[in-house]
Amino acid sequence: MEILVCVKRVPDTAENEFELNSAGNDLDRDDLVYSVNEWDNYAVEEAIQIVDKVGGSVTVITVGDDESEEVLRREMAMGANNGILLSDDAFEGSDGRGIASILKTEIEKGSYDLILSGAQADEGAGQIGGMLAAMLDYPYASLVNKIEVGDGKIIVGREIEGGNQEMNEIQFPCVLSIQTGINEPRYVGIRGIRKVASVDIPVKGAADLGIDAASVGETGAKTKRVDYFVPDTGEGAEMLEGSTGEIIEKLIEKLKAKGGL
Amino acid sequence: MTSIIGPASFKFFGIFPAAILSLVLPVIGIGLFTYIMVRRIAPLVRANPDNRFDQIGKRLTNLIFVWLGQIRQPRYMLAGVLHISIFAGFLILSIRSTSLVVIGLSDGFVLPGFGGFLGNIYNFIKDYAATIVLIACVIAAIRRGIFKPERYAVPEKYGKDHTGEAVFVLGIIATLMISESLFEASELAFEFQHTGTVHFLAPLSLVWIFKAILSSVPQNILQGLHIFTYFVHDLTFFFFLCFLPLGKHFHVITSIFNVFFMRVKKGKIKPVMYGVSDDKLDDLESFGVKKLEDFTWKHMLDFYSCADCGRCSDQCPANAVGRPLSPRFITIKARDLMFKNYPLSGEVYKSKLLVEDIYTEDEIWSCTTCGACEEECPLGIEYIDKMVDLRRGMVDEGMVPQSLQKPLKALEKRGNPYGKMEKKRADWAEDKEFKANWQIKDLAKDTADTLYFVDSITSYDDNIQDIARRTSIILKKAGIDFGILGKLEKDSGNEVLRFGEEMLYQDLKAQNTEAIKESGVKQIVTADPHAYNALKNDYDNLPPVKHISQVVAQKIKSGELDLKPCQNSEKVYVYHDPCYLGRHNGIYEEPRQAMDAIDGLTRVELEKSRDRSFCCGGGGLMLFYEPEEETRMGVLRVNMAAEAGATVIVTACPFCLVNIQDAIKVAGKEGEIEALDFTELIEQHLF
Repeated sequence: MEILVCVKRVPDTAENEFELNSAGNDLDRDDLVYSVNEWDNYAVEEAIQIVDKVGGSVTVITVGDDESEEVLRREMAMGANNGILLSDDAFEGSDGRGIASILKTEIEKGSYDLILSGAQADEGAGQIGGMLAAMLDYPYASLVNKIEVGDGKIIVGREIEGGNQEMNEIQFPCVLSIQTGINEPRYVGIRGIRKVASVDIPVKGAADLGIDAASVGETGAKTKRVDYFVPDTGEGAEMLEGSTGEIIEKLIEKLKAKGGL
Repeated sequence: MTSIIGPASFKFFGIFPAAILSLVLPVIGIGLFTYIMVRRIAPLVRANPDNRFDQIGKRLTNLIFVWLGQIRQPRYMLAGVLHISIFAGFLILSIRSTSLVVIGLSDGFVLPGFGGFLGNIYNFIKDYAATIVLIACVIAAIRRGIFKPERYAVPEKYGKDHTGEAVFVLGIIATLMISESLFEASELAFEFQHTGTVHFLAPLSLVWIFKAILSSVPQNILQGLHIFTYFVHDLTFFFFLCFLPLGKHFHVITSIFNVFFMRVKKGKIKPVMYGVSDDKLDDLESFGVKKLEDFTWKHMLDFYSCADCGRCSDQCPANAVGRPLSPRFITIKARDLMFKNYPLSGEVYKSKLLVEDIYTEDEIWSCTTCGACEEECPLGIEYIDKMVDLRRGMVDEGMVPQSLQKPLKALEKRGNPYGKMEKKRADWAEDKEFKANWQIKDLAKDTADTLYFVDSITSYDDNIQDIARRTSIILKKAGIDFGILGKLEKDSGNEVLRFGEEMLYQDLKAQNTEAIKESGVKQIVTADPHAYNALKNDYDNLPPVKHISQVVAQKIKSGELDLKPCQNSEKVYVYHDPCYLGRHNGIYEEPRQAMDAIDGLTRVELEKSRDRSFCCGGGGLMLFYEPEEETRMGVLRVNMAAEAGATVIVTACPFCLVNIQDAIKVAGKEGEIEALDFTELIEQHLF
């Protein structure tokens, strides 16, 4: 089975302290460390496990700048066989639709049975999977937390609000967005990354893909971010401040005062 | 009949020479033994290399004290004394057993030099030796068979009870002692009846007793008994020899080698592969131990050498709290696999991934590397290096629990397991009150004689940062010119190495080494025993490293630090030895000396202290690991302190402080007992 997994390089929420930049329209990106979007790791792990069972290969793909190659290598160190980097100055500032259309162009050049993406990205809107499926005219299942591979079809499980589980049969080729918890992604150490350091990762730009530069990027974007801020503390919400110990003490006091303890 | 006929001249039914049997038995026995040994050595030949031919002086010392002197035995008094009795008896009787084999071919044979006076003295000693061994066997059999000490029990998941094998072997040893004594007693009784000669015998020894019993037994029966007991001894002796390599009594043969080759340097982890330098690691195809043959030959010898005494597991904190780890069975399971995969006859089986075959992942992650097992093992069996090697293998296969993946990734990206920003590493010094009085030099901009290596937990944990401030005040007041590396400092990597992430450790080590060398300091001080251990033992070519307790003890001695009388003299203090200060680095006295220098401070000792200290739960990455366990190690430790009558547990390690503070809450002992870091106690008492 040929599986493609769409991944994204994001600022790591666990390893950064986020502050706004001086212009107030984005994060202050100096001093940030980046990594693979957490959901994507689960998608890649799932793809590798499927291929281990039924054979085939796993390709990871991302739209991003040169530095995004790092996340492709990390996923290849996990066990993905190939990587494709879609990178072009023209792609910069693309909205979700733009990213999906760039991916779609490359996907149509291959013959993938299964396309996976993370259910969402740390700083994303969770829209690529759905858009991609629509553009490709493939069936789509979102928030997948279980995959059983059968003959010529797969059964995918989705967690439903309230702790219920539904199972759906879905035909190939299809797009699935993967929820965390579907598996336990394997560890990738420095040694693993070094092993794939010299593997060739093709880089494709707008011209290679045959994309009209004006249809993507900032010019092609039909949604634009107009503001970015930390919301004001609303009525009834209160941020506790101080050291961890002090915060905990205050919290316990409050819980006691309100009869919660 | 003038004198008793010895086995060399005796003829069965008057025609068949017994000497033939005396020849056949040793030939078959030794032949079979040689064959078994060759099969047993086969896996060692296929094992990974190990460098155990260095430091011969230390190795000989170990041989004299640990093997010959059995110094670790009396740590368990009754079992220890029994073992020393049997061990010493075996050494003494080995001479007698050798000559007995020859006596079957040549009547009255004595080993060269054992004919005259020396022979008489030897006979006197060996008669008692045999007697003591027999008594020891009887007591040991009663102990194993009837009282059944708990540490010998085999939990169901680890297989069947081992009591049968133990008692069987005690029976064999007893048979050897009794038959040897009867062989001699029957001859002496015969001679006494015939000639009236009375030989001096060790009073109340087995031979003495048997001779007294046999003195009036008819001569033909004595003759029969003489021959019968000879061959019982001969047969038992060679059966035992061939039986030894089949189970836990293999240690009778391997112990001398195992102790000679045992670990001589503590606190240091073995390289990924002996003979491969750090810069060549990338060329290795595989890392760590994945299959049986990935162990080093010494580690395989360890498996063979285990006497199944259970002392390691009895001391193991992971085992005590019900984690799925028992060091004894790490060894026994591997030994059984060696026996199975390398059978005495037929084909060698292909090894599978150990963590799927005989071990579980959780079992291997459960170890805190506290070293209690290694400290205890009378045979010098190692565990920490094996755990690290198995973890290296798991890391290489991507088998790392999610709870550890996050801190490892943060260490890779940020140089600390919390994922905090590098530039905030020295924020502890920015505390308003502290900053008003004390300025800390940043060695990136400034120079100093001494580096204070803070390490991650003390740099970033709100609760623990106080240790950094108090250590700084102590150093300042002791007149030491010091600075810190600030954002150039990375995690020391003590646990990164021990959790098997070798390349990440190498990376941290390289960054720290460069920063330290660049700073030009002449010595390093730290208050974190894990950092102390890594810098001192795992890093290479750094300036000398000291723990703050060593500095304090030394400065008190020299009079440069003076301590006030105890401010809370109603409290009872107890010192908890951190594993990486005590067991791994032998620093037991300095913290105690410093505490005792506080006038009026009442200090008690824990029953489990110094090299028998009980791990608080582990440091570094172990804080992130989510083990399956019934209780916390820290809770057991707090209870021990309470039993000792302590109201303050003083420790000299930030991880111990975290674990014990938490454990006091979990144990519901808040208000009764408190945890205090060594630096806080000292700083409070400085003028």
